[in-house]
Amino acid sequence: MTASSETSTQGEAGQKIRVLIAKPGLDGHDRGAKIVARALRDGGCEVIYTGIRQTPQMIAEAALQEDVDVVGLSILSGAHLELFPRIVEELTSRGLDDVILFCGGIIPEEDTEALEAMGFSAIFRPGTNTQEIVSFVYDNAHSE
Amino acid sequence: MTDLIERFFAGERRALSRILTRVENGTPEGRSYLRQLYPSSGRAHTVGVTGSAGSGKSSLTGALAAELRKRGHQVGIIAVDPSSPFTQGAILGDRIRMQDLVLDPGVFVRSMASRGALGGLAPTIDDVVAVMDAFGFPYVFIETVGAGQDEVEIAGTALTTVLVNNPGTGDDIQALKAGIIEIADVLVVNKADRPGADVLVSQLRALLSLAPSEGREVPILSTVATTGDGVSDLVDAIDEHREWLDKSGELDRHRQQEARHQILSVAQRILLERVRRETPEESLSELITQVAGRALDPHTAAEQLVERGGLV
Repeated sequence: MTASSETSTQGEAGQKIRVLIAKPGLDGHDRGAKIVARALRDGGCEVIYTGIRQTPQMIAEAALQEDVDVVGLSILSGAHLELFPRIVEELTSRGLDDVILFCGGIIPEEDTEALEAMGFSAIFRPGTNTQEIVSFVYDNAHSE
Repeated sequence: MTDLIERFFAGERRALSRILTRVENGTPEGRSYLRQLYPSSGRAHTVGVTGSAGSGKSSLTGALAAELRKRGHQVGIIAVDPSSPFTQGAILGDRIRMQDLVLDPGVFVRSMASRGALGGLAPTIDDVVAVMDAFGFPYVFIETVGAGQDEVEIAGTALTTVLVNNPGTGDDIQALKAGIIEIADVLVVNKADRPGADVLVSQLRALLSLAPSEGREVPILSTVATTGDGVSDLVDAIDEHREWLDKSGELDRHRQQEARHQILSVAQRILLERVRRETPEESLSELITQVAGRALDPHTAAEQLVERGGLV
């Protein structure tokens, strides 16, 4: 691969998929979130990475200001059923009900249904191939 | 969607955000919004924050915004990070240093990828700044990509350019070189709690004394962005520069220069797009093969491209 100004010019007119990767709650292990952010970057997305210990309000507000197409949440603490509904609520109250949601981390199989009902389109557990996540984003993000 | 501009002028942040995306992408819709809001821009004090990677631009921008909030002003921030030259993807991580501002309704932070632009900014940065300006933020900060020696575009985009330096990053010959140091309206030594800060301040002062001052001394301030030390004085220095621009007539000169630059660079882009549109892929490939094989030089090839595009 070579860096060429030609492809950059094409990128300039093209509309990039913007993804927010956030870590809600108190666990500080962000390696997974960083790997996903990096994979999406390599897949050509613009990834806004907010860092650890984000409250639901902070995540929703960042999603609003950055006008993202997709929000990906990484969680290892087990508090997803506590935190995720509040994030969805904060997003909705800001009019961001059309954002694609996905999550990853330590999430038991039995919680899948609840998360899908909340609006999560995909759950990526340990061992997921990052390419699968990139494909998910491209298949689901609506480029306007 | 037609009322997006009305919602924008009513101060709705979601409308601001959506318009920013369209203007950043340069879509026809975005250009139409820009046309409608442009007459309302030109009121903000636009402040560029530049310096090398890791010099503390994001933290300092966050600290400046916090200080301006204390003084009762609303602040817009545009933070640019680099796009990959290979995949055009980007990690935009400047928000991480601005966590305290996220929930402040008087602050709006927008991350932008450089999308192949040289010079430390992004292709549509001036348009995006105009949107923030028209929304009514009295201060709009533009944080550049980590800049080394030659990324001077920011001086055209912003009214006041703040150059962030750090102790222990090179001798005074580095500062003597041409380029980025010449565009600074305000010099900052950030991480001033580290060894060598005083030496750097005196080196910078000595350097400035070598150059004829144009009726205004470039101030040098020491800050520690993470504690807020020196930030209040830096805000004062930024305000003083704006007052000087107003009084000296430099403001008009800056605006004229910037308008000229913008018109010409957009014209350049339109022409390039037209050439690309008018050129069949095969004729471009043919020229590429010839130049790569040294049968043709790039200048002649480009001339042929433009001629075939029917532009001359």
